[in-house]
Amino acid sequence: MSQSPSTVHRPAGLLSRGQCILFGALLALPLLELVFDLGISAPTRFVLGFAIVGIGLNVVVGFTGLLHLGIAAFMAIGAYAFAILTCTIYPFQIGFWPGLLAALLIGAVAGAFLGAPTLRLRGDYLAIVTLGFGEIVQDLLKNLELITKGTQGINPLPTPWFFGATFASDTPKSWYFLYLGILLACTMLVRNLEHSRIGRQWFAVREDELAARCMAIRPDRVKLTALAVGAGLAAVGGALLASLISSTGEPGNYDFQISILALCIVIVGGIGSLTGVIVGALVMVGMNSILLPMLGQKLQQAGIGTTTSVYLAPDNYKYLLFGLALVLMMRFKPKGIVAAKEEDH
Amino acid sequence: MFEWFDSDVLLQQLLLGLSNGMIIALIALGYTMVYGIIELINFAHGDLFMLGSFLALTLVGVAMNCGIVDPELMGASSHWWLLGTLVLVCGVFCGGLNLCIDHFAYKPLRRASKLSQLVAAIGVSFIIVNVGLFWGGLPMDILGGGGAAAAPKDFPHLVSDTNLLGEESFVVMTWNDVVIFVVTIPLMIALTLFVKFTKLGMAMRATAQHATAARLMGVDVNKVIAATFAIGGFLGGAASVLYANYNSTVSFQMGFRAGMDAFTAAVLGGIGSLPGAMLGGLLIGLVRAMSDQYVGSEWTNVVVFSLLVLILIFRPTGLLGLKQREKV
Repeated sequence: MSQSPSTVHRPAGLLSRGQCILFGALLALPLLELVFDLGISAPTRFVLGFAIVGIGLNVVVGFTGLLHLGIAAFMAIGAYAFAILTCTIYPFQIGFWPGLLAALLIGAVAGAFLGAPTLRLRGDYLAIVTLGFGEIVQDLLKNLELITKGTQGINPLPTPWFFGATFASDTPKSWYFLYLGILLACTMLVRNLEHSRIGRQWFAVREDELAARCMAIRPDRVKLTALAVGAGLAAVGGALLASLISSTGEPGNYDFQISILALCIVIVGGIGSLTGVIVGALVMVGMNSILLPMLGQKLQQAGIGTTTSVYLAPDNYKYLLFGLALVLMMRFKPKGIVAAKEEDH
Repeated sequence: MFEWFDSDVLLQQLLLGLSNGMIIALIALGYTMVYGIIELINFAHGDLFMLGSFLALTLVGVAMNCGIVDPELMGASSHWWLLGTLVLVCGVFCGGLNLCIDHFAYKPLRRASKLSQLVAAIGVSFIIVNVGLFWGGLPMDILGGGGAAAAPKDFPHLVSDTNLLGEESFVVMTWNDVVIFVVTIPLMIALTLFVKFTKLGMAMRATAQHATAARLMGVDVNKVIAATFAIGGFLGGAASVLYANYNSTVSFQMGFRAGMDAFTAAVLGGIGSLPGAMLGGLLIGLVRAMSDQYVGSEWTNVVVFSLLVLILIFRPTGLLGLKQREKV
């Protein structure tokens, strides 16, 4: 907080210009499909789900400056909370929207639960604790078979409904628009938080904890809210992604690699910038879930066997791409593709 | 009274825990040295260790195919010279690689925030994991191991499998256990002496205490950091051969687990402290072995990670770490 209060920038509208352009483009994406038969609105739903996770992680890493390496755990918590509360094999069956809301709340509580004892830790130690938490949650979900069905995962999950309309797997486009709407709501929520009192406190703690303390800000409490908001949004993202495939998948799916994918989304896109995070999700998840599988298919069609050689399956370059993305971004463009504006804060 | 309690089982698990603990300690030294000098959690260290074991596997495969060693005799007789060579070669390989990683990935970020260095280290770790996956895709049936690229690969016992405690003894102790202590203990003693009594060791301790002050006293800090990475990598490489030989399997994903165990050990002992890392490694090895036996192996990772979280929360300086600790 280097500026005097009079220069603190107030947002004029609900979205910044960059965000308007981005959402306009995302809204127009399925229109593109009317002309070209790309079939990308179905996999792009995964991008939207991960973008919500990225927005949550951005609150923790970008706004508050805490390195979080276990965000996948909260995706798992969201997905499993959603599944247990909505799946037909459990007695609750509260439906899609209440389930989503419950995932948000349970995720936020879990985030606060992790945060409460760990906030006094130094930055890198906190990172390791979040990583450890991610591993513990995976193993817990795997081992508590009575509740979580172990490695089978919970399925089937309900598809969303919206004012009487239900969404089936053969209508990816309406599903896409629904998820885009949820992403828009999350973006506006976090944008409002960012420019409110709590958002300015996040930035203050990130920039200088001691100075923030001198301004009567309690860093513990501020970090706790950041962790809770981040975890809640990640849980929503996890629930949405699980609803897409109608299963939580096995607990091993929510591994360190997913946490790092989310971190890549934030760092590549632009740490601290909401527009950047959505761009990052488009780049990273687009590469991970759309481009690489598509490339693999093309290779297979071209008669180059992807099953025989490990080097010819594009999927096997995933780790390399994630790793290079992190190393090169840190080295050459630490602010990401869309750099957050300093004067915003 | 306690049906599940059997002193033989306990002894066996103790031995297993100690042996694995010594290996973890060797890896933990690499973490603790680097952290002591530049306060970086060298996330890629565990994966470097994995790469060392792949090199060892490849070299053993080559040696078998060139007729230098007889595949039939693996596990039946001891190949001390082969094991010794592997420890040296893999140590030098990992040390050199660690040096390069520091030079290309971490050194340009020295002035950046600590978290961006950590992110870069995670990136390097992922790159190495991918290298390991591709390494496993090499014709490993000629080079040793075999199976699909991503599958765990068998590593032969390089020293004799016969039970040193006699054939009828329930507790099994073989040369594979002994060799771990034969290699790790001298290495640890040598490291301690090196840090205590050589000029470079003194420079390391000075840099760990205060890098700027050390530089003003004429210490070439960059050289010291490079040496730290090289030594840490060497120890990791040596540990990788012992690990592969003892546990008979290597996989491209094992670096993450091993790295987390070792990091937990370093933190448990007090990060930055050499004896702390050794003690922490032994304790983590024992905790793992006991948890495998008495809690259930599916809970072992939960136990270890919970331990890590609890130590960090309640005693972040670890067992042997002091406020005014002597680092490295």
